[in-house]
Amino acid sequence: MYPSYMEESIRKVEATRERRLKETFPRITDKEKTALLTEFHPDFIKEGMRNLLVGPNQGQPTPNEVADLLEGNNRIDPGKINLSNPDYDVDVLIIGCGGGGASAALLAQENGANVLLVTKLRLGDANTVGAQAGTQAADRPNDSPAIHYLDTMGGGRFSNIPELVEALVKDAPSVIKWLEELGVNWDKDPDGSMHELSGGGASRLRLHSARDYTGLEEMRVLRDEVRNRCIDYLEFSPAIELIMDDKGQVAGAILVNLETNELILVKAKAVIMATGGAGRLHIQGFPTTNHYGATADGLVLAYRAGAELIFMDTMQYHPTGAAYPVQILGQLVTEKVRTLGAQLVNSEGEQFIMPLEPRDVVASANIRECKEQLKGITTPTEEVGVWLDSPMIDLLRGEGTIARELPAMVRQFGRYNINIAKEPMLVYPTLHYQNGGIKIDPQGATTVPGLFAAGECMGGVHGRNRLIGNSTLDIFVFGRRSGKAAAQYAKEAKPGMLTLDHVRKWQAELKKAGISESRPATPLLLPNYARQPYDYLTDYARKTLSSGQIKVA
Amino acid sequence: MAKKGKVAQQVRMVDIYIMGKRYQVPEGLTIMTALEYCGYRLIRGCGCRAGFCGACATVYNLKNDPQLRYDLACQKTVEPDMYLVQIPFFPSAKALYNLEELEPTTESLLALYPSLLTCFGCNTCTKTCPQELEVMWFMSDALRGDIREVANKSFDCVMCGLCAARCPQGLVPYNIALLCRRLYGRHLAPTSKHLEERITEIAAGKFDTELDELKKMGQDELRRRYAERDIEPAYTK
Repeated sequence: MYPSYMEESIRKVEATRERRLKETFPRITDKEKTALLTEFHPDFIKEGMRNLLVGPNQGQPTPNEVADLLEGNNRIDPGKINLSNPDYDVDVLIIGCGGGGASAALLAQENGANVLLVTKLRLGDANTVGAQAGTQAADRPNDSPAIHYLDTMGGGRFSNIPELVEALVKDAPSVIKWLEELGVNWDKDPDGSMHELSGGGASRLRLHSARDYTGLEEMRVLRDEVRNRCIDYLEFSPAIELIMDDKGQVAGAILVNLETNELILVKAKAVIMATGGAGRLHIQGFPTTNHYGATADGLVLAYRAGAELIFMDTMQYHPTGAAYPVQILGQLVTEKVRTLGAQLVNSEGEQFIMPLEPRDVVASANIRECKEQLKGITTPTEEVGVWLDSPMIDLLRGEGTIARELPAMVRQFGRYNINIAKEPMLVYPTLHYQNGGIKIDPQGATTVPGLFAAGECMGGVHGRNRLIGNSTLDIFVFGRRSGKAAAQYAKEAKPGMLTLDHVRKWQAELKKAGISESRPATPLLLPNYARQPYDYLTDYARKTLSSGQIKVA
Repeated sequence: MAKKGKVAQQVRMVDIYIMGKRYQVPEGLTIMTALEYCGYRLIRGCGCRAGFCGACATVYNLKNDPQLRYDLACQKTVEPDMYLVQIPFFPSAKALYNLEELEPTTESLLALYPSLLTCFGCNTCTKTCPQELEVMWFMSDALRGDIREVANKSFDCVMCGLCAARCPQGLVPYNIALLCRRLYGRHLAPTSKHLEERITEIAAGKFDTELDELKKMGQDELRRRYAERDIEPAYTK
């Protein structure tokens, strides 16, 4: 149910709907795109970025919120850690259990490795479960991996690493089959053909979906398989530092039990970082679609172990986060709504962008419409947004399409008495995805020996802007590749003496740069949304609370 | 971001009871944000914060209405005089199996989850489900071996586990449903011919030359190809 003044604007949307059903908004040109992005995309707001002062990417622009953490202080005192008696000694340690970590674990085990999978929250608590629209794979006769390649490069502003994109598009169909053999239920036509949909920036119908619960379906199957194969795992046990050896190889990690603060030492011949994204840093004050643990931990750990990062100055703002009601502010309104035919319209009921442009373009256009054209709609809590005209879908594709294809969206808005089959949704960009990350090669190897990366914490394949359906693809492509490569690496590895010298070096580097006093203890582990008025504490008590122990506070 | 100070002053406060203790929170918060407003920093019972992961299963009733109700803390708005507690973990059975070797039959289901037979149709599971799924009905489909129908009816399950927590017979409907969906996907769903063909073509190197050419292509040419590429209509009648 919308307030009456918003209903008035909806009347205008309804008045133009009939006409718009036949209307195609022109595609944006290369030149217009550059101008739109430069003026309105948050990546181009100079005040939002600063150059890193330390580490392998020193001097490179990075969002302030990420830079604070990348330049962060270690949580452990290396002098107080005894590495001689680790709690676990495994071939491959996988940090993080979303789609990337889970598939890496399965493949590493299949390739003969003794695996330990550790995660900050529960198995599968990751951005994967929130992915709704689908997974790209060029498997229809009028499509090809080459077309998928071109779409992906164009979406990424032609900055993507070609070898990674090649791996992505060539592995994609086998990934779809692998998932089906594990029991994923794809949307299909009665003859078994995949029921595929279009997506922003994709020139073919290429999205494989499972209603609008695609990521959830993928994740619950993989999680179940990890359990069936009896892969050893630890929940609520995030890594807080990598362990190296005296040959400069990554050789394990220090974990902490989030509930007891107990440290857990893991010795490993290879480590796969699969810690996911950074949405909970709320870059530039944006709300986020990301899960609770998306705090860039893996970037931080890999960075101070010497791993190079790439494209850290680009974040993806999903064009359509919920702007109303406030209870679901910033939560994802899947791109599948546009894929099925819904247009974006302003307060006057007029279109202002072709709805299936790449996400950076559509997000920028939504911001322009609200901030410059002043044709957004302001909510009672002073959020602003534009309309996503969902009722068009049933008019275009037949009554019942919305109920069948978008049950999660129907349910989510239905809770607030908004029937998305009859009324549009109010949307505004929300922080969705970390385009860049730890630099990898096509086998998932980082620039540090023994360290691999997969999933959202990895960067390069998406360039400066990821396309829809390419993330629930990359997690499996590079999860599988890194799992296999790490198992192989572990077979041949010649580990040296364990050491935390890199931690000491990092602390010295921070000191030299004069920032050791001003940066937080990292990794962040969890955001702090608790309203805790600590004003009454003595300085001593506050310090004890925040840094005396491994407390997440 | 919009300034909220002015609005916040007009907000009405409501009483809620977290594990029996009274707190006042602004009207309109979800259970999860209300917990945080009260000073709780969540470790358990909080995942995607968007209704997909099932981490925040919550049980509540109201001061003057003892009827238990169930929901996801991240999706449910607080109501006045709500007594609530989260169930972030419940010890439910999960059978181990090799999907490849399993037959998609009632016998397989019963071998792995014999408790299925003891369901006496009380329908508590259905009344408990925060996704409003017809849990008892798909358990009955499972008993009849209609695996396809279990997959269909249970598809929107977020696996919060509340059905298992409330079942008087110790059934684990969410795990049984997951098994059925996996059996359906692996053994019953018709296979996709075009997918198989494409995988064979890629293995035979059919696209290698074209991809090599694209990989080596200069920026200008790549941009031109991109701008000129034809776009399949998102929808044709």
